[in-house]
Amino acid sequence: MAENQIVIAGFGGQGLLFSGKVLAYAGLIEGRELSWLPSYGPEMRGGTANCNVILSDIPVGSPIVQKPDILMVMNNPSLDKYENAVVPGGKIFIDSSLIGRKVQRTDVEAYYVPATQMAADMGFPTLANMILLGTVIAKTGCINPESLSDALHKVIPARKANLFDANMQALQAGMAF
Amino acid sequence: MQEKVLMKGNEAIAEAAILAGCRHYFGYPITPQTEVAAYMSKKMPKIGGTFLQAESEIAAINMVYGVSATGKRVMTSSSSPGIALKCEGISYLAGSDLPALILNVQRGGPGLGGIQPSQSDYFLATRGPGHGDFHVIVLAPASVQEMADLTLKAFELGEKYRMPVMLLADGTMGQMMEPVALPEPTEIDPTPKSWAATGTNCEREHNIVNSLYLSPDELERTNIERFERYAAIERDEPMWEEFMMDDAEICVVSTGITARVSRNAIVEARKQGIKVGMLRPITLWPFPKKALQAAAEKVKAFVSVELNMGQMKEDVELAIRCTKPVSLCYRVGGMIQTPDEVLEAIKKANEGGQE
Repeated sequence: MAENQIVIAGFGGQGLLFSGKVLAYAGLIEGRELSWLPSYGPEMRGGTANCNVILSDIPVGSPIVQKPDILMVMNNPSLDKYENAVVPGGKIFIDSSLIGRKVQRTDVEAYYVPATQMAADMGFPTLANMILLGTVIAKTGCINPESLSDALHKVIPARKANLFDANMQALQAGMAF
Repeated sequence: MQEKVLMKGNEAIAEAAILAGCRHYFGYPITPQTEVAAYMSKKMPKIGGTFLQAESEIAAINMVYGVSATGKRVMTSSSSPGIALKCEGISYLAGSDLPALILNVQRGGPGLGGIQPSQSDYFLATRGPGHGDFHVIVLAPASVQEMADLTLKAFELGEKYRMPVMLLADGTMGQMMEPVALPEPTEIDPTPKSWAATGTNCEREHNIVNSLYLSPDELERTNIERFERYAAIERDEPMWEEFMMDDAEICVVSTGITARVSRNAIVEARKQGIKVGMLRPITLWPFPKKALQAAAEKVKAFVSVELNMGQMKEDVELAIRCTKPVSLCYRVGGMIQTPDEVLEAIKKANEGGQE
């Protein structure tokens, strides 16, 4: 049985819930069982925000992720909070432009991606989330990259359709990292 | 059923209500259900419906009363503190035998409490939310799919029995997204309801929608007749779901998000050789008493898993007449049990311990 329990965390405004939605829609397109659960309330407006995504081959029980096998973090407090929750053998993805320290555990795989710097260099300063997500997808296979284009079309609202290409390029840069 | 889409529970309820023919929504914003109002505010004007953000919860529920008196499908939504305000209006709806959908996406209390998930309005919902002798039908969804399905069911039951129906969700159910197959649109019969106040055209007697009876014998009669209807509901309408109950020796009873957490705990307990299953009430009123009584014949103990200090546990004990021990696994204030915490409660019950 294939199942991924994913936590995506950082500051409100970094596009973390959006990143989770891309995975969730890709899962829907692939016909998988899934849940997407956001933190909600004032933290969405600047505090620490996170979302839990579960992609599975069997119906999802609790949508709350206690022990992620994939952790994507975009600020220090989130790494501090979730590092020890990751299952042994799990994968941690870090925006190394924003998080100075290294993962302390030795029983997990850590990936350091200067996503915020790469995004700025590419001229998409708000798309660091998509770059880091691209690396998550490439290194874990949690979704099929071929589902991404359809998923993005569903997640990006019609009035922002002009942002599709930039998002796709950011994802690809992350996948190639 | 339509093709599966990804929606938040709150949005699934709003869309399902529209598909069920509801064209009138009155509400007042409160976390964690504001997405319902946001969705309605976008959709209703485009389909000739009414979206109105009232000046208060009390105003909103009385607007619901007005539309319901004309026989049209109508709803309001709120979260715990806002539902408390609506209770006066819910009692008037019940006293006037009017259907309406009232959505409560519960948050922690009492008072203003917090904004994180809770199930602490169990008593408020199941004991008749307001003054006087009455019930509302209470439905407790445990997935986004059920958020949609039970919305349709709520309108049907409300009209069948002419009474308010409360959809009792929790913050997690409202906020989470899952794939959902929305129901097909309901064909609404345009013929006015026989009891509705729609204008007589001087062709029939007036229909009077009212909850005031100054004559005690008349008021007593309406109460007794209403409870005869309630008896039929308790006989015909209980809904529940069983999970791994065939050979179970321990029965978990839980609804909403805690039923989902309990599912993980039960799967893990089974791996450890504990024969445990779950009976998940879908209607909280009428409570599935017969199903629990049947379970009590087979199991040695029950574990009630709730986001309150044991409100539903009392209904479990009443249903089984305390013939088997019922222990409680609870978190409150917006906290939610981990599967490990539920597993511990299951193990303790299996070993014959009490909390």
